[in-house]
Amino acid sequence: MTTTPWKFTAKEIVEKPELFTSGHRACAGCGPAIALRQIMKATRGPTIVTSATGCMEVVSTIYPYTAWKVPFIHTAFENVAANASGIEAALKVMKRKGRLEHENVDVIAFAGDGGTFDIGIQALSGAAERGHDFLYILYDNEAYMNTGIQRSGGTPHGASTTTSPAGRVIPGKPQYKKPIADIMVAHDIPYVATASISSWQDLLVKTRKGLEIEGPAFMHVFTPCPRGWRYDPSKTIEIARLGVETCIFPLWETIDGEYSLSPQSKILALKPERKKKVTEYLKMQRRFRHLFKPEFKHVIDEIQQMVDKRWNRLLKRCNMTQASQS
Amino acid sequence: MSRELKGWKDIPIAGVCWKPATEYLTGDWKTFKPIHDPEKCTKCLLCSLICPDSAIKWNQANEELMFDYDFCKGCGICANECPADAIKMVREGEG
Repeated sequence: MTTTPWKFTAKEIVEKPELFTSGHRACAGCGPAIALRQIMKATRGPTIVTSATGCMEVVSTIYPYTAWKVPFIHTAFENVAANASGIEAALKVMKRKGRLEHENVDVIAFAGDGGTFDIGIQALSGAAERGHDFLYILYDNEAYMNTGIQRSGGTPHGASTTTSPAGRVIPGKPQYKKPIADIMVAHDIPYVATASISSWQDLLVKTRKGLEIEGPAFMHVFTPCPRGWRYDPSKTIEIARLGVETCIFPLWETIDGEYSLSPQSKILALKPERKKKVTEYLKMQRRFRHLFKPEFKHVIDEIQQMVDKRWNRLLKRCNMTQASQS
Repeated sequence: MSRELKGWKDIPIAGVCWKPATEYLTGDWKTFKPIHDPEKCTKCLLCSLICPDSAIKWNQANEELMFDYDFCKGCGICANECPADAIKMVREGEG
């Protein structure tokens, strides 16, 4: 592992050239576009990007325009990790034969929640098992947004989507969100992290760590979507921050399987009174508005219980215990 | 936007995109427009970091922020997040 000294200051990042340029056709207030922009600013040198079909592929490369200033390869929904493995293997061979100009070329694979939770998990699992050196970024907007808001394995409990609509009987999606980052930790890969666009510095540092570590790295980025979550576009960062503050999306990382909480979540473990109730997060989004009807009140309690259960489990893994609440 | 079309012999193979997206202006999407108040601005650069469209640029020479209305889609994230309240959104054509 090559560790170059780095720190990220706002000025330094703003002065870095844009590798994901303006002119892409994401919706106004797009969360994943913010994540991609910031992640591309944390790269350390020559980088090859590959992306599964999904929002960010569709908006950034509408023929004949491309928003990428790095080599970009679009691949099918299911095989972005396989594609990244191939790129990495080819780079290794070229290096051995002395045909690679650069000393090191990083490989980043981008995929949305549909391309990771549901369709792409077998390719991802295979690539993690084979131990290819690449960084896999999951930008999680919690449904298949570009095809018209269909539910995915990443959609949270109670959310109304076009294929899990809230009606008089069913309160949105009946299942819970798949803990994908924990599944990746179970693959025993060197680096797994969760990040949110609400704390840019944390996101950049984790990206750089993922790139510097030899072997597969996985990062789960929380990126709200104004169109699918049905809120005002100006609230994207605010909702991402609330997701962290309510512990719906805690920030942590594992290095060689050792869990540790990131500062934004650690403060909530040390000062539990700062942890907010999930209703604050739910009431800002119209995909959850049916939960505030009297007949579906119990769903909010279920969500709160599940969030607390997963949070306490995470604290145990990080060797921290929650001080008694309420 | 120019309308000239390429023939089949001129198009790159395998559907490679050849034009930079910066030639496609997305600024006309917006309803609201951010207005920056340099008096209140503390130059924390948060707006520039969180803009999804890289439309807020930092001018190194003059040390000032420049709003690129050719690409700004008017989402209002900058106005919502600004810690110094130096950005406000006004309806396009009124400000």
